Amino acid sequence: MTDTRVHSAAGDHIAATHPVVVSRYRGFTRINHWITAACFIVLLLSGFAFFHPSLYWLTNLFGGGQIARWLHPIVGLVLVLSFFGLFVQMWRLNLPRREDVEWSRRIGDVLKGNEENLPELGKYNAGQKMVFWGMTALILLLVITGVMIWEQYFPNLVSIPVRRIALLVHAIAAVLAVLIFVAHVYAAIWTRGTIRAMTRGTVTGGWAFRHHRKWLRELAARRDNER
Amino acid sequence: MSKERAPQPLTAVSNPPIQPLASNLLPGDVVRASAMSNLPAPERQLTPVAKLIDVSKCIGCKACQSACVEWNDTHPDIETNVGVYDNPHDLTPDMYTLMRFSEYENPNTGDLEWLIRKDGCMHCADPGCLKACPAPGAIVQYSNGIVDFISENCIGCGYCVAGCPFDIPRISQKAHVSKKCTLCSDRVAVGQGPACAKACPTQCITFGTKDDMIAHAQERIVDLKSRGYENAGLYDPQGVGGTHVMYVLHHADQPALYANLPADPTISPVVEGWKGPVKTAGLIAAGVAIAGAALHGLFARANKVSAHEEEEAQELVDNAGRGGDGHAGHGHGDETPDRRT
Amino acid sequence: MTNSWTDVANTDLVVIMGGNAAEAHPCGFKWVTEAKHHRGAKLIVVDPRFNRSAAVSDYYAPIRPGSDIAFLMGVIRWCIENDKVQWQYVRNYTNASYLVREDFGWQDGLFSGYDEDKRAYDQTSWDYQMGEDGYILSDPTLEHPHCVWNLLKQHVDVYTPEFVENVCGTPKDRYLKICQMIGETSAPDKAMTSMYALGWTQHSKGAQNIRGMAMLQLLLGNIGIAGGGMNALRGHSNIQGLTDVGLMSNLVPGYLAIPRESEVDLASYMTSRGNKPQLPNQMSFWQNYDKFFVSFLKAMWGEHATAENDWGYHWLPKLDIAQYDAMKMFDKLKNDEVNIYFCQGFNPILAFPNRNKMTEAFSKLKLLVVMDPLATETAAFWENHGIYNDVDSASIQTEVIELPTTCFAEDEGATVNSGRWLQWHWAGATPPGEARTDIWIMANVFQRLRTLYQTEGGKLPEPIVNLSWDYHDPLHPEPAELAKELNGRAITDIPDPANPGSLLLSAGQQVSGFGQLRADGSTLGACWIYAGCYTEAGNMMARRDNADPGGMGTFLNWSFAWPANRRVLYNRASCDLDGKPWDPSRKLIEWNGERWVGNDIPDIAPTAKPHEVGPFIMNPEGTSRFFSRKLMRDGPFPTHMEPFESPVENPLNRRMVGNPVARIFADDLAGLGSREEFPCVATSYRLTEHFHYWTKHNRVNAVTQPEFFVEISEELAAERGIAKGDRVRVWSSRGQIWAKAVVTKRIRPLTCDGRTVHVVGIPIHWGFKGAARKGFGPNSLGPFVGDANIETPEFKAFLVNIERAAEQEVPA
Repeated sequence: MTDTRVHSAAGDHIAATHPVVVSRYRGFTRINHWITAACFIVLLLSGFAFFHPSLYWLTNLFGGGQIARWLHPIVGLVLVLSFFGLFVQMWRLNLPRREDVEWSRRIGDVLKGNEENLPELGKYNAGQKMVFWGMTALILLLVITGVMIWEQYFPNLVSIPVRRIALLVHAIAAVLAVLIFVAHVYAAIWTRGTIRAMTRGTVTGGWAFRHHRKWLRELAARRDNER
Repeated sequence: MSKERAPQPLTAVSNPPIQPLASNLLPGDVVRASAMSNLPAPERQLTPVAKLIDVSKCIGCKACQSACVEWNDTHPDIETNVGVYDNPHDLTPDMYTLMRFSEYENPNTGDLEWLIRKDGCMHCADPGCLKACPAPGAIVQYSNGIVDFISENCIGCGYCVAGCPFDIPRISQKAHVSKKCTLCSDRVAVGQGPACAKACPTQCITFGTKDDMIAHAQERIVDLKSRGYENAGLYDPQGVGGTHVMYVLHHADQPALYANLPADPTISPVVEGWKGPVKTAGLIAAGVAIAGAALHGLFARANKVSAHEEEEAQELVDNAGRGGDGHAGHGHGDETPDRRT
Repeated sequence: MTNSWTDVANTDLVVIMGGNAAEAHPCGFKWVTEAKHHRGAKLIVVDPRFNRSAAVSDYYAPIRPGSDIAFLMGVIRWCIENDKVQWQYVRNYTNASYLVREDFGWQDGLFSGYDEDKRAYDQTSWDYQMGEDGYILSDPTLEHPHCVWNLLKQHVDVYTPEFVENVCGTPKDRYLKICQMIGETSAPDKAMTSMYALGWTQHSKGAQNIRGMAMLQLLLGNIGIAGGGMNALRGHSNIQGLTDVGLMSNLVPGYLAIPRESEVDLASYMTSRGNKPQLPNQMSFWQNYDKFFVSFLKAMWGEHATAENDWGYHWLPKLDIAQYDAMKMFDKLKNDEVNIYFCQGFNPILAFPNRNKMTEAFSKLKLLVVMDPLATETAAFWENHGIYNDVDSASIQTEVIELPTTCFAEDEGATVNSGRWLQWHWAGATPPGEARTDIWIMANVFQRLRTLYQTEGGKLPEPIVNLSWDYHDPLHPEPAELAKELNGRAITDIPDPANPGSLLLSAGQQVSGFGQLRADGSTLGACWIYAGCYTEAGNMMARRDNADPGGMGTFLNWSFAWPANRRVLYNRASCDLDGKPWDPSRKLIEWNGERWVGNDIPDIAPTAKPHEVGPFIMNPEGTSRFFSRKLMRDGPFPTHMEPFESPVENPLNRRMVGNPVARIFADDLAGLGSREEFPCVATSYRLTEHFHYWTKHNRVNAVTQPEFFVEISEELAAERGIAKGDRVRVWSSRGQIWAKAVVTKRIRPLTCDGRTVHVVGIPIHWGFKGAARKGFGPNSLGPFVGDANIETPEFKAFLVNIERAAEQEVPA
């Protein structure tokens, strides 16, 4: 064994052994995540207000349409910065691996919770990776198109036909991002014991064993090495 | 204030009534409003009005621009000369109308023509701005055809800019609201025509009922044809359902000669797609996703970690602590971890 | 205008040449659009630039600035050659058949009698042959070689289409097409109107440009008819009123003359103004001159004007030279011959040519008083504004006093429009700050001055001390009081000559028309042509009845038109010899067998019989003049003269520079630029967005046209490497300016005398005061040269050069 981490990120470690508690996200990452999440929710709410008249009332959450219009792109930029922080920390472990193919093929078992039929996984499963890469791509798209339609600061950045396309792309990308967001949140809730990873930063050994066994193995092995 | 209601306007040249009159353009006359689908049915149908701009009579004097600035009390910047007569150089949140000058050498006659078009909101029957606008009631259309921006409801997002097929709305960087020609709805409300039409010295700009304006235009077209403009015609583009600002053009077959007036303007399919299918599909998709998740949550069992798995984990960690290879469990996890250096 | 703005709607053909009505008179231009819309009238524009009028014209032709006479004489030649002549009109209503003195002639571009040293003509030969009965000799067959008609034919013979093309640069096909369109209006039932303005007057031969068109209009029978006429479009809203009330150095109100030094008393003054008819039965209306003149003197000095003292004639100033026009005065300023200058509603630092000379002239003054509603450049001529007014303030010792005045909208009174309508207006706003009306200021200056004369005496105090000042508040005469005085009233009871024993007017009553003015001191009237404007029936100028029962646009109950509320001058000529309208569908007046009746006030005695009395009653011959006798200093026919600075030589006389009798001072003549050094022709003009030098003070106008520019052709731009929007330097032998370049297809190079002539258009509206960006005007470049007859500066044609200049931030 070497120090090379294959399935885990710097800082991931077995925090306690009786019972086993595994540290999944350090404080910095958790704060980073929640900033991103908060931004996303603000963007989602304000964006939805502009997206469909039936949801315009959501602007009241921000003190009216003018403020919502002003806030949305600014929060968008914060999100981009924040998400970039997550990206730097997570991109390596989100690179696709062979077992992701097997996992994806058994998506039925995934949805039924039959994890015993799934391959052993590193820190992230293919679904989480799709969330990661999907969000990365969409946020990139949203920020690019968002700047193009940012009336207050870039009123004449692009021609009107381009601006129309930007608006369309921004809307579609936002919807997709919301879908991913729903999947992400739901998966976190449905998969019990997950949320504490982003609150306390730790998961139980059983959780790690059930969902990310390779990750657990690597951490266990590292612990051995470190001794 | 008298209870007497102002008459509907007939022309811009007629002198206004001098007694105070109540507005004749009421909230109940709104037939369409941005981001509002369930408007009450209008109590009455106002006579559709129109402003007719006879480009063949326009001398480019900019009295319309000046009248517009005065009436709307806007404060456009004093810009520079950039080698043309157009000033300001473009429509601005403080300049709702603009004379655009085009020099055209007519290949058929060999004559130079100086085509001067008064640019500004066309008051489309099917307004792209209204379609694009996300703010309820920020853009309204009255039953007489006037498309008006209601600044109190405007959020300054600029969607109307993208929605407009004529590149008209401009967002104020000070007030953060969208601005454009209102067809002087405040004047029309009390029985007067638009300020620009009132100020126009050659009556190139006339105002009245749309039917009258079309009839007037036909008269002008006959005259223009008699002067050799075979393709003289009325610009009332049907792609946007017709407009309540119309042009008489000497070359109606080539609107682009007039500072790129679009030949067949429509609301862009991109905008239609954005405000139509995408909006609906997006909302459905989000709804379905949430509902799906909820259903799954309700009916599928939760993905829980079993006690057995906790034990397995304990064992795994303990084994590792005892120097084992950490291999445990009964799944398919028989794969050796990659070793990268 | 011989006609009125509203009458333009009656025309079949509008010719805009020497003006740019759509641009400079947009509100009046509405009547052109009316004529086009409702009568199917055509519009021709002839101008060096394809301007805003051209934009709505049916036919346009370019012309080199300063070559209009050649064009017009060419059209006359073409009409005669192609028999496009209203013969009945020409034979009966003009002087075509009169015989001219045998010693009259024209050669090498000069008329008989030229004295090169004096730069003047001896006009003796420029007259008719008179019979022993005192009447003019004529040949109704038009065959006599020295009748006006044959002299005219001879005179225009040189102006062939080729000559016109060569001099004017107008393409021959375009020129001939215009000849044809104009020629069609020679039909008795066709009308053409000429609309012109400073494009014809601002030349060293401006009056002759206008004469040229007037002659053409006579040839076509278009004077005096509805939709016809010579229509001068006046620039300021009340500039017509300015000339009417005699604000000229050689006139008193009503176009009466200030006496010459040689006219030592009233009798000698009147000898040349008796105007005995020169053909039988003619009205020769100026026979009434003494009535108007004495009534004027009575208005001036009231009871102090008596028969014994020639009604105060001796208190009038007497001219030792022809006139002290503005150019003469500014030259005197420059020569340190003037101490105090009162500048009232005038911005000469921008309005008069050779800005450097003007600044030098004003710097010689001890005191300059400026009465103006605006902070003018003239009042600030001593301020240094960098390149925009590059003066050494410390070296200028002139004291400047600014007296802020009201502007028209803050004041009551009448303005006279181009159609001679006196339209009363009421104050629409309260004057700001310390602004006072011009009347208040002048009244206060006068009262203080009079007190000085009364207490201290002085040389000839009588004209001041005795001046009639019969106003309710001597320090603030009311506009209505002044209007009543201009109208005139009876001083004593006036018996009615038609009904012995009864009174025409009792003492103190307002006259109802100039027919009631008397030469015996029983009436006063300050401006005889305004008689009828404020009668016993009230203020006629304030009438606002827009009824037009005849449909001829005469609107007789709307305001008051001088003279006598007449809307179309010479309207007798709208009827044939029998008194029937040439065009019954456009009837102004007609003879009903007993009197003249119709939609307008007849311009003839109401009972003057047709066939007996000629229609041009102001002339002692009763007809109009192709041959203008001695009335023009530079010739009885217009002859082509080049501008003083011209890109080509005068083909009629290659030695001749400019107009041989025009106003020019020796140093200015010496300072003219050469065509080698300054190859481009500059011409000045107005823009619709601005009014002179006023509206640059207004933010809205400044927005619509913010910055000074010059206009050049794409060809000249390419030649000099100038791109649209570049900053350029334009310079003449007198100065230089910097401007933005508007590069346009609307100006094209012309070919004249084998040379390519480039035109540089220079608008007038910028200075160093106001809301618009600082800039220059053409007066920084133009020559100090004036028209031979009325001394208008030659702003429309002079020589400059142009180059691309370094960019420099233009201060706001």
